[in-house]
Amino acid sequence: MKRKKILHQSILTILLIIGAIVMVFPFLYMISTALKGPVFVFEFPPRLIPSNPTLQNFITAITKNNFGLYFWNSTYISILSVSGILLFGSMMAYALARFRFPGRNLVYALILFFMTMPAMSLIVPQFVLANRLNVTDSALGLIFMDMAQNLPFAVFLLEGFIREVPIELEEAAKIDGASPATIFIQIVMPVCKPALATSAIIAFLGVWDEYVWSSTIINTPEKRTIPVAIASFQGVHTTNWGLVFAASLIAVIPVLILFVSLQKYFIKGMTAGAVKG
Amino acid sequence: MKSRDRLFPYLFLLPGLIILIVWLIYPILSALNISLRNWSIMPDAPKPWVGLQNYTRIFSDELFWLSLKNTVFYALVTVIGQLILGLVTALLIDNLTHGKVLFRMLYYLPVVTSWVVVSLLFKFLFNSSGSGLVNFILCDILHLISEPVAWLTEAKTAFVVINSLGIWKGIGFSMIIFLAALQSISLDLYEAAAIDGAGVIKKIQYVTLPGIFPTIITVSVMLLIGAFQTYVPVAMITKGGPLHRTEMVVSYIYGTAFQNLDFGYSAALSYCFALLVFGLSRLQLRIFGRK
Repeated sequence: MKRKKILHQSILTILLIIGAIVMVFPFLYMISTALKGPVFVFEFPPRLIPSNPTLQNFITAITKNNFGLYFWNSTYISILSVSGILLFGSMMAYALARFRFPGRNLVYALILFFMTMPAMSLIVPQFVLANRLNVTDSALGLIFMDMAQNLPFAVFLLEGFIREVPIELEEAAKIDGASPATIFIQIVMPVCKPALATSAIIAFLGVWDEYVWSSTIINTPEKRTIPVAIASFQGVHTTNWGLVFAASLIAVIPVLILFVSLQKYFIKGMTAGAVKG
Repeated sequence: MKSRDRLFPYLFLLPGLIILIVWLIYPILSALNISLRNWSIMPDAPKPWVGLQNYTRIFSDELFWLSLKNTVFYALVTVIGQLILGLVTALLIDNLTHGKVLFRMLYYLPVVTSWVVVSLLFKFLFNSSGSGLVNFILCDILHLISEPVAWLTEAKTAFVVINSLGIWKGIGFSMIIFLAALQSISLDLYEAAAIDGAGVIKKIQYVTLPGIFPTIITVSVMLLIGAFQTYVPVAMITKGGPLHRTEMVVSYIYGTAFQNLDFGYSAALSYCFALLVFGLSRLQLRIFGRK
């Protein structure tokens, strides 16, 4: 019996290792390519361990090509967008979860509708609108859209969370004469920390990786975000793959740090709504 | 006091709602107006009303139908691929005694990496030369082909690249959700099945699959909506080429607006496309009997 169990576990593990190689090997090869000089990128046979490893691609990515600037653009746009999403999202969620008022169901239905609507189907009218509001080629246009795209899911997640929180504490505070705003700031927000963390991560991922809208409205090279910058490293005729992947790796670092340290919240966000239904 | 209380929820909704109204609801309405005109992006240019012309044009637009066909093909292949491989991986990991967290994390890596990065990565792996990694593996290690394949010069092989990327990136996502759903199946059911003499296959067939069936449907709808919106891989890897053969609906809509500057037609296409995706996901839920 015990031997059978060990055999069983070994088969599972071997199958999973084979799958894991398919998942991870492309990334290892990406790291390896980033460490190769241009002449070695397409050497034959391809090598996983570079024969002449060099950090030149990383140095070039950071010092030339304005990459530091793009990193900064992505950083402050992400921080502002995610803060806005969390603040406005939790306010909406609180109103939807704790108050009954005319129009509540309509707003909630809209939130659900926007969560399943294909995001790119509105790009033409949104572009026309951005043009009219004069926010093309500006960070403001990116922040507005990042918030609009990611707000519905944050509201959905936070509303579900607040509804599960026992209401007694809030009612007690109300009897003590606390205003709804005070209750929201001093009681609801602190209790919501786990859901806020989950929403923040999901929103950050969406904003940090957003490509389509940025590549559409940003014309000035200095205003690019990281995904647009990386895409632009792809040359028309030849591509310096070492440089592309060095830049990609730098861009992936913040995401990986968040993912590894906050895996629990990541997974909560991804499974929210799908399992319980 | 009372009236202020009644106003309160609206005040809290206001900032978020303004953003949604301006950037999502207003665009839905303005898209209708744009789609009924010969729209020019120049602010002062005339935008003549053309009625339903942009909509009737769709019927004879061969490129649109090709891109739709490509999208449906991509959706079928990648949704089924992600569902099956995600489910198998979830079942394997769920039955593992050691290393659950590690494997979960490794399979999840492609999910958290941006589409731009993984698309470029796949373009590089499928390089047409003999030292492209996939060619090297197929040619020199497995000896499955005799000479390197120029993957991106033909639509058929280019789709191999795009479809395998779609599956590879999404396995971890469906795996995570299936893993969570598997936790919700009561162990009593497995024990009861074991007492009845059910083996592994029978247990999966009669306990696991029925238990997570609602989740399978939800995931397949999510994946379908995602698959229909695929744009970045096309933009990064093939740019719709050769000769628009690998165009997908969204990349075609995008090109119609921002390369051909035909905003009216692009808006009409978007409308039909959004209705199609919305209808499909409703239908999928209805067929499988979920609210």
